[in-house]
Amino acid sequence: MVQLSCSDIQLNFGGVRALSGVSFEVQQGEVFSIIGPNGAGKSSMLNCISGLYHPQQGTVIYENQDVTRLPPYERTKRGMARSFQNIALFKGMSVIDNLMIGRHLHQHSGLISGGFYYGPAQAEETRHRKYCEEIIEFLEIQSIRKAIVGTLAYGFQKRVELARALALEPRLLLLDEPMAGMNHEETEDMVRFILETNEARGITIIMIEHDMGVVMDISNTVCVLDFGKKIAGGTPEEVQQDPHVIKAYLGEEDPEEP
Amino acid sequence: MRCGDFKTSYASDMTIFESGFARVMLGLFLCLLFSLPLYVPGYLLDIVNRIGIAIIGAIGLNILTGFTGQISLGNAAFMAIGAFSCGYLGTKFGLPFYLCIPLAGLITAFFGMFVGIPSLRIKGLYLAMATLAAHFIVEFLIVKWESVTGGVAGLSIPAPKLGSFVIDTDKSIFFLIFIVAIIAVLFAKNLFRTKVGKAFVAIRDQAVSAEVMGVNLLKYKLLSFGISSFYVGVAGALMAYQAKIISPETFPITIAIDYLGMIIIGGLGSILGSIYGAIFITLLPELLRMGTSALSGSFPDLINKLAAMKELVFGLLVIIFLIFEPNGMASRWHSIKNYWKLYPFSH
Repeated sequence: MVQLSCSDIQLNFGGVRALSGVSFEVQQGEVFSIIGPNGAGKSSMLNCISGLYHPQQGTVIYENQDVTRLPPYERTKRGMARSFQNIALFKGMSVIDNLMIGRHLHQHSGLISGGFYYGPAQAEETRHRKYCEEIIEFLEIQSIRKAIVGTLAYGFQKRVELARALALEPRLLLLDEPMAGMNHEETEDMVRFILETNEARGITIIMIEHDMGVVMDISNTVCVLDFGKKIAGGTPEEVQQDPHVIKAYLGEEDPEEP
Repeated sequence: MRCGDFKTSYASDMTIFESGFARVMLGLFLCLLFSLPLYVPGYLLDIVNRIGIAIIGAIGLNILTGFTGQISLGNAAFMAIGAFSCGYLGTKFGLPFYLCIPLAGLITAFFGMFVGIPSLRIKGLYLAMATLAAHFIVEFLIVKWESVTGGVAGLSIPAPKLGSFVIDTDKSIFFLIFIVAIIAVLFAKNLFRTKVGKAFVAIRDQAVSAEVMGVNLLKYKLLSFGISSFYVGVAGALMAYQAKIISPETFPITIAIDYLGMIIIGGLGSILGSIYGAIFITLLPELLRMGTSALSGSFPDLINKLAAMKELVFGLLVIIFLIFEPNGMASRWHSIKNYWKLYPFSH
């Protein structure tokens, strides 16, 4: 079943064309990777899906609904979540509070009931706290749950960002370079968490990543962008054989040269 | 001796006061606070009352500036709106004070949300300028709209009555102010451990990712302006009851700056900090004034110079505070508390 379908996405910044005519479909429950050289428009594409950018042309259909013009929080309501390339956590808050923000849309206590903290509001708070604790356990960050996020090491921050996205209870998770800047061990942990998220929780994952080993290992489908255009798409094996991809990554063999 | 925090339920982990000891201390403090009118003389009680009002106003400003990250210089204007609407409702419609105060808060909240609209487009210093403009517009309106505000002559506020009991002395108004202040503190404390308050902090820390997490920026920024102005409006209404006569000069721009000083010195994004800041900024000029008048007895010819010195010392103390404790008095309090918690085995 197709969960997300982008067709003919075109995005301009003034005179600069960031994306032109990009189309792809993401199946429910798969791991879908977007790769490409620097400046290929990968993050722009992710921003179009999550609603931070609105493309000039083309449509984003999510679960049979046109979401192209919806603001980010409306898409979050419909079950999308994302992480950012350069960690965008709430740095002054503790880990648990960051996760509780993830429960924002699931909580219903308003200003008055929250402000007086009577029965239902307190019960709701406890219930969502419990949900967050399950995610904390899943991502093995129990020891830092009360730590202020700004003081944590980089690898932990990346993990907390994944945790915050999971607290939203998404059906589609967008990850922008989840493994960037991590050492080998941290990468392995992250891959394990992503696979478990995908398999045990059944969450569809769209991921931008530069670590080709990881991408080829865990993706069901890979989409390759270069200069804002989609140059290839398919299973990892197909993409690896594709002459356009080889050209984009390795350059062209010059027939004149001996 | 306490050697750590051990919790067995999430509810107990989310309480405001961590231990039974803290609750007992708080109870004692409240008893002490509410017995103040018994032995504190009138003039000092007046200062205490002003501290109570400042606490409400400072928490209001901290909600907006410290927790939501929207700088505002409109505090004096919001206070004036609260005071004048309270006075107008009391004199024109004869409403009792327990309706006037919340209604004045609501009117101010409404105005605050209107002033907050530009915050969706502009940030930081630019927003400060926009709220500063609001201050001068309000000041102008108060002077010109004589039928409501009494113009330059001002408005005299009828004393609040509870049945046949008239609240017009420092002692009786003390109870009014501090009951409201305690509700204000508790409400704010609860606000920031539930959904709405956390959304405010999220907007302060990372507006873009707050939006991606599902926080409606428009709604929550305006809500923050609304709640903050409600607090400030209530503080203004109480100030009106305390002052008994209010005029445009009662609310100069320096009040807005004083309040910014309170939350910066006390601690941005801290309820406790707002309280410390309110006490510090209200008390300091009084202490300095007492000091100078005591000194002027022994140095009668220095009296004018000492008055000028007072301002200097005030500025100097504020600067020293900012250099040595940039995170405010609240964070210093926390480090002292943490030190004593495990004393003498603090390492």
